[in-house]
Amino acid sequence: MNHDSYPDSYIRGILNTVKTIAMVGISPKDNRPSYFAFKYLLERGYRMIPVNPGQTGKDILGQKVYAKLADIPEPVDMVDIFRASQFALPIVQEALTLTPKPQAIWMQLTVRNDEAARLAEAAGLKVVMNRCPKIEYGRLSSEISWMGVNSRTLTSKKAQLMGKGVQRMSLNRTTMSGGATDATDRAQRDEEGGH
Amino acid sequence: MTDRIPGFSTLAIHAGAQPDPTTGARATPIYQTTSFVFDDVDHAASLFGLQAFGNIYTRIGNPTNAVLEERVAALEGGTAGLAVASGHAAQVVVMHTLMTPGDEFVASKKLYGGSINQFNHAFKNFGWNVVWADPDDIASFERAVTPKTKAIFTESIANPGGVITDIEAVSAIARRASIPLIVDNTLATPYLCKPIDYGADIVVHSLTKFLGGHGNSIGGMIVDAGTFNWSREGRYPMLSEPRPEYSGIVLHETFGNFAFAIACRVLGLRDIGPALSPFNAFLILTGIETLPLRMQRHCDNAKQVTEWLVKHNKVAWVSYPGLAGDKYNALAKKYCPKGAGAVFTFGLKGGYDAGVKLVSNVKLFSHLANIGDTRSLIIHPASTTHRQLSDAQKVQAGAGPDVVRLSIGLEDPADIIADLEQGLGAA
Ligand SMILES: Cc1ncc(COP(=O)(O)O)c(C=O)c1O
Repeated sequence: MNHDSYPDSYIRGILNTVKTIAMVGISPKDNRPSYFAFKYLLERGYRMIPVNPGQTGKDILGQKVYAKLADIPEPVDMVDIFRASQFALPIVQEALTLTPKPQAIWMQLTVRNDEAARLAEAAGLKVVMNRCPKIEYGRLSSEISWMGVNSRTLTSKKAQLMGKGVQRMSLNRTTMSGGATDATDRAQRDEEGGH
Repeated sequence: MTDRIPGFSTLAIHAGAQPDPTTGARATPIYQTTSFVFDDVDHAASLFGLQAFGNIYTRIGNPTNAVLEERVAALEGGTAGLAVASGHAAQVVVMHTLMTPGDEFVASKKLYGGSINQFNHAFKNFGWNVVWADPDDIASFERAVTPKTKAIFTESIANPGGVITDIEAVSAIARRASIPLIVDNTLATPYLCKPIDYGADIVVHSLTKFLGGHGNSIGGMIVDAGTFNWSREGRYPMLSEPRPEYSGIVLHETFGNFAFAIACRVLGLRDIGPALSPFNAFLILTGIETLPLRMQRHCDNAKQVTEWLVKHNKVAWVSYPGLAGDKYNALAKKYCPKGAGAVFTFGLKGGYDAGVKLVSNVKLFSHLANIGDTRSLIIHPASTTHRQLSDAQKVQAGAGPDVVRLSIGLEDPADIIADLEQGLGAA
């Protein structure tokens, strides 16, 4: 997989298949990006499992917190890594010891570790790096368009409501890609050194 | 496997729009409502806390306006847009997001006169201090930068004089100074020029002009290029500091490369309040669907008219960057190769009186203070918009007594020329 730019179908495939997501490095503070993403995905119907050794045994948004992936007593479909890039490798190594193995590893916006990605891909897992599942869900469902964000998708098909009210959209939407991505990609590349 | 990137005309019609999920309506509905029902209490809390995407209240966002925002963002190649009530409102909201009292910004002195007024007077009341630079002397931008400078502002094609800024050169200066470059792309529209491709970090528009294109709606737009690192030096606290308005959220780390557009919405538009009416958004969206067709015709007509005008014996000069030999022709070829826009000025040998006679005698051109309409428009700045200035100030502003400004419409060029011919006969 080319980790500089993912086809929409790849991202949609992952988000449409996984049901249980373990978020490693989630913050219990309600103003942190990890908490936002956790809450958002929970509200979109994913089973969300918080992993944070500092919060073991406590609840985040009603979900029991585990110290490490191996402590989770149920199968995990995707591991979402909310830690700095250098911590991604041991987390992936740990994820690969789970039975059954997760289907996907997701590293958050600004998190990228190519060695960890190679290891996971060699074991047959799908990998996404330097993306936010909340933003990707919002983009592909078109919810993010309500904020004037360039979703870079086009479609002549109706968006699908998710149920649970009218302001929630599902991922079961047919689209083609849309919109110039130059600046977006440039911004992502620029993330460290950038302008 | 890579995703196909659609062309400009496809985006002009489709970006941001989709059939309405509940009714199947294919054209974008006008969501003429002040407010939106929450799904439940948790949903309301998530929306107010910026934890979910969605609609609350039309001052902060509206689904019709959102289609317009995504449409213009896609056409400009940016990450997100924010629609506001006017081009001037866009400038206020952008600067409010970047500046604190006592800060400075550098601006090209060749701008739309209304922007010069806004910067010189209204913005000074907020303690946002403009320092002027000369687009004909690019180094003057660099000389104007001080430790207090927060941004550089210029127009791609300046109204009315047809001055074209070397955006790439100015953006290099902005990069060296670690400040964002803001480009007002009103006269060019993204059909002719995409400033983000040349290093702009923020693009603003008066949608009132060519984007809406039919002279029926005032509107403005802010486009976030997603290219600026707001957190690197911590000089933009709206983006890089915990916001007390939102229980300590840091917008840049939460929203990444569209954080600027979000900040303009949730801290600027929300608190200052210049929201665009959804009805105007609908009209402007309809206009944008034909932008590529209209803009090309505007430019082609303007070229014919200017080529005719330069040869007229009552015309002293024509300032249009699309003309061979014009001072800005080389820059026009680089930045807007499809055409140099449709707004330009020319000088009458007969001076002030000839200008007054011309605007009085035209029958097809409308004498009014706007540009970018399907209709051809004319104004004699010295007797109207710039009347209150001294003669010296008029000349400095490109509005000397002999100057007439035209905005060439979409009528048959032969009719446009015939009207000028009979009007000049009287001048
Ligand atoms: C280049 C330019 N920028 C900004 C504006 C201001 O836009 P509005 O009139 O929509 O506030 C205008 C209006 O004439 C303009 O020509």
